[in-house]
Amino acid sequence: MTVYVLCFALFLVGVYGVLTKRDLIKIILSTGIMGYSANLFLILFAYKKGAIYPILSKGEEIKAMVDPLPQALVLTSIVIELGITAMLVALAIKLYEKYKTFDITKIRRLSG
Amino acid sequence: MILPFFVIIPLLAAFLITLISGKKDNWAIILSILAELSVLVLAVFCYFFKLDDVFVYSMSGWKIPYTICLVQDALSCFMLIVISTIALMSLIFSVTYIRHLVTSWRYYALFMLLVTGMNGVIVTGDLFNLFVFMEIALFSAYALVSYGRKAEEFEAAFKYAIMGSVSSSLILVGIAITYSYTSSLTMATIAETLKTKPVEVTYWLGGLFLAGFGLKAAMVPFHAWLPDAHSSAPAPISSMLSGVLIKSLGVYTIVRLFFNVFGAPALFGTLLLVFGTLSIIVASFLAIGQWDIKRLLAYSSISQIGFILVGFGVGNFLGILGAIFHLLSHAIFKSLLFYNTGAVEMALGTRDMRQMGDLRKALPVTSFTSMVGSLAIMGMPPFNGFFSKLFIIMALIKAKLYFVAFLVVGGSILTIAYFVKFQRYGFRGDRVIEKDMVKEPISFGMKFSMGFLAVLCLLTSVMLIPGIREAVIDPVINVIANKTGYIQSVLSGR
Amino acid sequence: MNKEGMTLIVRTVTRISVWLIILYGIYIALHGHLTPGGGFAGGVIISLAFLNVTLAYGRKFTSRWLDIGLLGDIEASSASLILALGIMGMAFGGGFLANFLSHGKLFHLVSAGTIPIYNILIGAKVGMALFVVVWTLAITRIGEEEEQ
Repeated sequence: MTVYVLCFALFLVGVYGVLTKRDLIKIILSTGIMGYSANLFLILFAYKKGAIYPILSKGEEIKAMVDPLPQALVLTSIVIELGITAMLVALAIKLYEKYKTFDITKIRRLSG
Repeated sequence: MILPFFVIIPLLAAFLITLISGKKDNWAIILSILAELSVLVLAVFCYFFKLDDVFVYSMSGWKIPYTICLVQDALSCFMLIVISTIALMSLIFSVTYIRHLVTSWRYYALFMLLVTGMNGVIVTGDLFNLFVFMEIALFSAYALVSYGRKAEEFEAAFKYAIMGSVSSSLILVGIAITYSYTSSLTMATIAETLKTKPVEVTYWLGGLFLAGFGLKAAMVPFHAWLPDAHSSAPAPISSMLSGVLIKSLGVYTIVRLFFNVFGAPALFGTLLLVFGTLSIIVASFLAIGQWDIKRLLAYSSISQIGFILVGFGVGNFLGILGAIFHLLSHAIFKSLLFYNTGAVEMALGTRDMRQMGDLRKALPVTSFTSMVGSLAIMGMPPFNGFFSKLFIIMALIKAKLYFVAFLVVGGSILTIAYFVKFQRYGFRGDRVIEKDMVKEPISFGMKFSMGFLAVLCLLTSVMLIPGIREAVIDPVINVIANKTGYIQSVLSGR
Repeated sequence: MNKEGMTLIVRTVTRISVWLIILYGIYIALHGHLTPGGGFAGGVIISLAFLNVTLAYGRKFTSRWLDIGLLGDIEASSASLILALGIMGMAFGGGFLANFLSHGKLFHLVSAGTIPIYNILIGAKVGMALFVVVWTLAITRIGEEEEQ
């Protein structure tokens, strides 16, 4: 039970970072933290008591294994978030070129 | 049989465009238009010949709970036709418009990826597959919003990307909780298992999914990214985003999840009503004060999505009919209006309405089609906007929600107000603009796409004549109104 | 040539270890059906090998040593090959992406039908794609827009 609470706390840390930080890079890192906590949540659900990793090696009999489906989901999710983070970093570089600052309170030409 | 091709054809086109394009973009244009045309032909074929059946296609030939399945019922066919038509028109429009900005084949590859993502969301029957395709479409949207490389576009794309990532994390947590309760990811099996569990579980999941998908659909507490993103993007991308992306990723997924998977408890209908009405009123008030021509249209998009959500929230037959028809009509006339502003921006070089004038002599096709589009969105009789708004208001009165009906009528009046402003300052201003003051002439491709959509505005009202309506739209409504009948059709039609 | 890249020690070690890293990446991608890992993890390791060369030797040297256009072409063609294999799966009966080659014996390298082929193709695609993305970010003085 404590593990789930800690995972949720990690998610809240990410949300706090996105909402309050002023530096562009810190906002990108906070979205990364939120993604990590969602993946962790997904893997935690796959655990059964006393089961081992779901890989069949030579010469072993079949025991109880943890659920391998969320592991595939997490793999896909990590790839997607990698792409999104790469895009965000590219946007941050372009924003720095145009606005000459990383401070998000100064990047406000659009309003209204 | 042909279901995976809705995803394969645009994806293959995107990769082939990357392979075969050098400095010029001729091959890219030809390949992308060919791909889009074939998807449209497939969609029309599915719609007109096989509307009553439900097709289930399991990937890799495995059985249903262990595989990703693609499901096609009437709602999917309908959405596929809407998306393909608007995408084809956007491609024809963007041939000249993008050349005027920067010549590159990358636009077409990203556009094909956007179409892949949206087609995938509509066609899939598996919850995590929906998430993956949604991320593909959103990724291309973030890249395409910043395509013109001006400073505001990067800022808008950054805001959109951050907010999109937050909502995607929320959706992922929702999918994790769904999997832990039902130990399956196929939407039909989830629906079947959720029928045996208490309703409070669906409330929790529904809240998470409403927050996540609601941001994609630009409901009011979650709408802050839309004015920046839709006004800074190049015109054909604005029309794709506003016309189909927020409906395909936002409204379609909310409807599919709430009605078919969760079985539509009463609380969700009330939530949709509340958020929808809030969207209509707040966005209309914000739209009246705008002087930037595309920002006004962006706020109007938020408001019209509110109409669609109210229609779905009411839940009876008339409401769903009105909402679906408004989805179709809004895609058509909002795209038309965004094309008009794109043409005006290309001709005059500005987006501020205070600097425009009387454009009737300089851009005749543009001003005529913009008048058609504005009349349609204001809700004037023979155009399709009138019928859709009428059905939504009638559905509200039938469900005895008089206060909400009053607010919706108020929203319609505000719509008339800001579109009169749009026409008065944008196209019939005080100084007359002659043909030689126009910076760049509008090509035939742009005129063709604008004209075609204007004709469609009138033609789609024909779909509501009672005989045609029963054949064409009723199956779509039955899929939604049948709520968990979805399970039966998917699990038996394998 | 000490202005670009890193010191002499780093360069000497990189000259030896880059090939080992690429070999390790190919091993992980190829044995995806027997051990943990698979296409994506192998691809990331291969792209990290190229990134290692970029960091140690500088951008100018790497652009002479590697042909970035060729990497982009490899990426797009492996993506098209994945889709073509999927369609061939449809032609042989079974759905899209079906496993239509023989399944072979358990625990052997050449077994499990089409899965190792998919792993290799995905490894090639992901490796090239990641490196091209990071490369595009690294040459920001030239005005390019975002690629995949």
